Amino acid sequence: MMLGRTAGELFWMCRYLERSENTARLIDAGFRMSLTRSKSASSEWSSVLATVGCAELYKERHDEIQGDKVIDFLLRDKTNPTSVLNMFQGARENARRTRTALTLELWEAINASWMELSDALRRQVANTNTIDVLAMIRQQTALIRGCLYGTLLRNDIYRFCQAGQLIERADNTARILDVKYYVLLPTAAYVGSPLDNVQWEMLLRSASAERAFHWVHEGETSPAAIAKFLMLDKQLPRSLAYCYDQLERHLVRLSVHYGDRDFPSAKKASDFNRTLSNQTINDVFESGLHEFIAWFLSANGDLASQIETDFRFNA
Amino acid sequence: MSVKPDFFDEMDTIRGPRGPYRDYCNWLEQAEPAALRRKSRQAESFFRKTGITFNVYSDAQADERLIPFDLVPRIISAAEWNSLSRGIEQRVRAINAFLYDIYHRREIIRAGRIPESIIAENVAFLPHMIGVEPPGGVYTHIVGVDLVRTGEDEFYVLEDNARTPSGVSYMLENRETMLKMFPDLFSKIRVQAISDYPKMLRKALGRSAPPASVGRARVAVLTPGIHNSAYFEHAFLAEQMGAELVEGRDLQIENGRIAMRTTCGYVPIDVLYRRVDDDFLDPLNFDPSSLLGVPGIMDVYRAGGVTIANAPGTGIADDKAIYSYMPEIVEFYTGERPILKNVPTWRCSEKDSLAYVLEHLEDLVVKEVHGSGGYGMLVGPAASKREIAAFRDKLQAKPANYIAQPTLALSTVPVLTRAGLSPRHVDLRPFVLVSPDRIDIIPGGLTRVAMKKGSLVVNSSQGGGTKDTWVLEA
Repeated sequence: MMLGRTAGELFWMCRYLERSENTARLIDAGFRMSLTRSKSASSEWSSVLATVGCAELYKERHDEIQGDKVIDFLLRDKTNPTSVLNMFQGARENARRTRTALTLELWEAINASWMELSDALRRQVANTNTIDVLAMIRQQTALIRGCLYGTLLRNDIYRFCQAGQLIERADNTARILDVKYYVLLPTAAYVGSPLDNVQWEMLLRSASAERAFHWVHEGETSPAAIAKFLMLDKQLPRSLAYCYDQLERHLVRLSVHYGDRDFPSAKKASDFNRTLSNQTINDVFESGLHEFIAWFLSANGDLASQIETDFRFNA
Repeated sequence: MSVKPDFFDEMDTIRGPRGPYRDYCNWLEQAEPAALRRKSRQAESFFRKTGITFNVYSDAQADERLIPFDLVPRIISAAEWNSLSRGIEQRVRAINAFLYDIYHRREIIRAGRIPESIIAENVAFLPHMIGVEPPGGVYTHIVGVDLVRTGEDEFYVLEDNARTPSGVSYMLENRETMLKMFPDLFSKIRVQAISDYPKMLRKALGRSAPPASVGRARVAVLTPGIHNSAYFEHAFLAEQMGAELVEGRDLQIENGRIAMRTTCGYVPIDVLYRRVDDDFLDPLNFDPSSLLGVPGIMDVYRAGGVTIANAPGTGIADDKAIYSYMPEIVEFYTGERPILKNVPTWRCSEKDSLAYVLEHLEDLVVKEVHGSGGYGMLVGPAASKREIAAFRDKLQAKPANYIAQPTLALSTVPVLTRAGLSPRHVDLRPFVLVSPDRIDIIPGGLTRVAMKKGSLVVNSSQGGGTKDTWVLEA
């Protein structure tokens, strides 16, 4: 048993951390792409902005889409609520609020990461440093995750952290697909063209899945295989299927932890996981890739608010 | 090392180190100055990493700051401590008896030992507490008694903190840091342990559980939230006690109890160690705009549904006008001569005193009777002509709002500076736990030190630092 507010703060702490990591990964993919394909760079940055859901806000701040401005906006703009800096600050603030629930190692990792990150993002990051700063962000979030896995008791605290992380990750992967789904449509005119290859690579890189994909698929690249990999392959820790496999596990464990109570969120996660497990990629394409993703995003949001209700995050 | 003749230095005498510091000074002579400075930087990075910070508000922007930590300990002998703690216990006992009396029969006023006006005009007096029996009869579960020293046997109480004394987390973390940095020192010199404090606090609070409590008392720490200057301490104490750290928005009244919203529903709390001021505790009974408290908690409290620690309304004992009567108060309730001395105090509400104070502003320290934290006070010897003139106006406009005291020659203990050791003024806040049947005093306390040379202001909000405080084993 713990405070409902604390449960919510842990849940969101991990959502913030996950999102800042994913945003850093998206920036990385966009940055690499802009280095090699300067012509299509601006449209790539547009889709990055659309993926993190702040294209509108960016347009209010800047007249044109420029790599360094987009990067600065996504990394450290204080007026952008989802900038990496703001997300991290939110995570650290929640860590302070829930300090009594965290191990010393986990708290220190979050606090130290925050100090390093806020220091690195004090000024606009020079182009030559971008890759390093992005790598640092991922290293720091990996450090925090390591402390979380390595030191937390497997109790409700841990489950709420995991649930937050997985809900956010599933959301982020789905958004990447939502913005880029047309690249994967079998009817696209240029299937297999060099442009497509670049797009696919970017898509996989956005989910840190390019190497993994090639291991699993041994060099054979097709849009259907990529779509299947990112959505339905339970081996990939950023796939929708993996996230739901784990979400079900954690929410069921949480019910057990709380004396075998029936929480609607656990039931929803189980149902959702079963639906996902039974899907084939052909079903997805038949019902429409875009429609499928839209359905997924709304169901994922629905589960998040069910968790919030079940465990009394708010009064 | 230079010794300023005007001030009592606790470490140095002309003939060498004072008794309690002898072993430490031997050790210090062997220590490399460069290594000490390195340790000092280590300590700072440790504090920052652990997040031992306090929040300061400037230009509407909250800033997390470190309280400077000096690694030369402040050392007190067992004999000095024994006599101090006898005095502290006597005083704290008297404060609790006084609070009970003020909210009940008011014998002390009837006996003519203190004027009634001093209670009537006291903003911390809570009519809601009249006739209320606090669980176990305890008003001040936690007290911080601020002491200063001016000579070998000259200790004075500077003020009593009967509301919500803070700083105990620094006391504990300072020791932790010293143990980490100088383990060899603690094997050479026997220092009384203080690490039991959270356990003792938990027990003391549990002993004052309300009538409605069943089984092991459930304790929670009520914090205003992460933006409060002492948030670190709130979280620290909750964690160390294994208590929940709650905010007002986590609480509501359920079946006549204060209950917290948990993942499994509302669960009653027996003892609420609140770090929220009286005014904000209950928007129904006090400040209606408060979002920090629990509407109706006073009614639950009065009905014996919850213990509030410290009890509401204890702030009257912090008042500096009341302070001036402490010798009478101690005598009245204990029947003994006070062991600890009070600083001579002029009550500006009294005509003759006011005249004297106005005459001698440049020599005196003038304080607001309800003030704390070193705000709103005049330190005559350190103030400019203009500051004194401005203060004179304030004083004349509202004399009863002020008391004045002589500038005390606070003792010094050296701090480590870039140029070596240099004496700085210190005070001491020991922490006292009150249970229904006993009083516990933790051997040590928080030593606050003015980091600026010559300064007498030790408050952390005004740039003061802290030191580890050692009470030696007998």
